[in-house]
Amino acid sequence: MSDSPSELTVSLWRGGQQGRYETYKVPLRENQTVLDVVTFVQRHLDPTLSYRFACRVGMCGSCAMTVNGRPRWTCRTHVSRVAARGQLKIGPLENLPVIKDLATDMRAFFDKWQQAKGAFVPSPTRSEDFAPIRPDSPARIAADAAIECINCAICYAACDTVRWNSDYLGPAALNRAWTLVNDVRDGATSERLQAVAAAGGCHACHSHQSCQELCPQQLNPTASIAGLKRRTMWAYLKGEI
Amino acid sequence: MNARLYVWQRLSAAVMAPLVLVHVIVIFYATRKGLSAADILARTRGSAVWAAFYGAFVVAAAIHATIGLRNVLTEWSPLQDRGAGMLAGAFGVLLFLLGTRAVVAVVLP
Repeated sequence: MSDSPSELTVSLWRGGQQGRYETYKVPLRENQTVLDVVTFVQRHLDPTLSYRFACRVGMCGSCAMTVNGRPRWTCRTHVSRVAARGQLKIGPLENLPVIKDLATDMRAFFDKWQQAKGAFVPSPTRSEDFAPIRPDSPARIAADAAIECINCAICYAACDTVRWNSDYLGPAALNRAWTLVNDVRDGATSERLQAVAAAGGCHACHSHQSCQELCPQQLNPTASIAGLKRRTMWAYLKGEI
Repeated sequence: MNARLYVWQRLSAAVMAPLVLVHVIVIFYATRKGLSAADILARTRGSAVWAAFYGAFVVAAAIHATIGLRNVLTEWSPLQDRGAGMLAGAFGVLLFLLGTRAVVAVVLP
């Protein structure tokens, strides 16, 4: 361990589900992201290190990892903001199986998007005109507030309910369902409400709010899930689901 | 938990909220005024109002606790939905019977 200001002590998870943290020394730079640190290790210290990234500018949602105990988007997380006394501990996202090192198997995460009917189902045909959507309509405002998800799975990794209940769809999938429930062009609201009202759906949420606390896009999936609880309740009372 | 259980749990909570408040006020009143068991029974025996009040309380509490316990069991025990539902249901029936017995004991003339 070094307290030298010119060097970072970085522990990286190595191996699969059963693995261990290994320590590396990385030069400390004035302006440096956590992804830069991981990339330095792979390029200069150990080329067998596996991790996932693509855009490097916070758009693609590929590079999320557990950094000093919290899930974060590593390309937009500056070392100076998270490295306690020059120490970084970087692991794979929690609540997902580890493939190797810092790369997780995200199939369960994306399968649950499908389960929550996260795909848009168009209602009009191509012969009809564009649907007029007023930006200031309450439904569009609700959809806009939740729409900027980049599928990084940080909320999924942060969620206690996902940890306890493997059937739980998770914040991202439910947040996506909420945007579609508020999309007046969508033609599958009833099926979607049925999907999110089933066991493991929106009612399993405990509103711990780790998702909104850690969402790098500052979205609030807890609020979206609360919206789904209200919508499914009224749909149930009206006999629609 | 599905939408049906969610509605029942919220509904039973909404029923219980004012009942709990009145119940707590009654406890404070009875202890502050130093009412004896005989004084309390004199007020409750034959009273349709107290029978309805605590009868509703017992029903709402039994429903609410059953659904809540089912959720706890599905999340924290190895039981699946069906097993958790049966165990929680049995607890709810027990709660209802004990509560009804207590209400009957204080309101029957």
